[in-house]
Amino acid sequence: MMRAITCGAVLALAAAPALAQSQFEKYQRMTAEGSPVELFELVGEDLWKKPQGPNNVSLEKCDLGKGPGVLRGAYAALPRYFKDADRVMDLETRLLHCMTTVQGRSPEEATKRLFGNADKPSEMEYLSAYVAAQSQGMKLAPGSTHPKEKESYELGKALFFHRAGAWDFSCASCHGEEDKRIRMSELPVLSTPKAARPVMATWPAYRVSNSQFKTMQWRINDCYRQMRMPEPVFGSEATVAMNMYLTTTAKGETYRGPGTKR
Amino acid sequence: MRATLAGGNTDVRVLMTHPMETAQQTKGAPYFIQNITVKVNGKPVIEGEISQAISRNPVFSFRLKGGAKGDKIEVSWLDNKGETNKTETAVA
Repeated sequence: MMRAITCGAVLALAAAPALAQSQFEKYQRMTAEGSPVELFELVGEDLWKKPQGPNNVSLEKCDLGKGPGVLRGAYAALPRYFKDADRVMDLETRLLHCMTTVQGRSPEEATKRLFGNADKPSEMEYLSAYVAAQSQGMKLAPGSTHPKEKESYELGKALFFHRAGAWDFSCASCHGEEDKRIRMSELPVLSTPKAARPVMATWPAYRVSNSQFKTMQWRINDCYRQMRMPEPVFGSEATVAMNMYLTTTAKGETYRGPGTKR
Repeated sequence: MRATLAGGNTDVRVLMTHPMETAQQTKGAPYFIQNITVKVNGKPVIEGEISQAISRNPVFSFRLKGGAKGDKIEVSWLDNKGETNKTETAVA
């Protein structure tokens, strides 16, 4: 009798990770069904078309890489090199560039409130939702030919594995080994296409647990916070490089965001 | 808020930004939406009451019979502190 119970307990333990994972996937499906992501996209569309700044113009003349005002497929082709700025930019960095150049806003004003909260999302969050949604069904194809794009990828890769800070952490400390979880969330091995693809195909995203829409720049920023590293600068060469590395690792995946996360 | 025609009905989805704090969270001073009103072209079609049991920033879906493109949909809400808010859109 004792033996049978022990046996049963061992079996239950062995089956637990798989069961937890399938239950978590079920939860993800259920939350996605009722996701309010489209409502964030709608507000983003209004903000995209709203005249703002000293120039009193909208962002409709903003060139996200496909030509001024072209949104279809623009997000899926980012990050990429922009000749006018002579650097690689991701979506949020490019939006900031357009706010300061097209709309004539000061960098101080444009960067004053990049991350919102549950009571008041930020302009950047709404805009990211709207622009990213215009790439649904397109394959992720970040820039890969310009020397600065290649440089950005290599820098991002190096940063991903670079250990530093009070805890001597790197991204790979959590995202470098198969079958690891933090609480109920699976920790994807983001250096592999298999794991990076579904992740990068669904950011930016709405987070159910705190009812907020989050950008990829936020995701990177908060990972650095969790690693107890100094806060990275929004839209910096380093954060864009990290995005470039992850998106390049996921390239070819069909974009299906903005997603819904736990 | 989004309002779309689907199979002869109007589907409305709306997000109401509100903290929706329970009595437990606030040590006895709950803060939540009490009444929701949905109007089509100025005429009330739904009057609803909700409680502090509903989540922060609630999202509601309503299916209204009939409707036409351009119909004006207004959703307004009143919370237990007497504050009101509303959002409007046209049926697409």
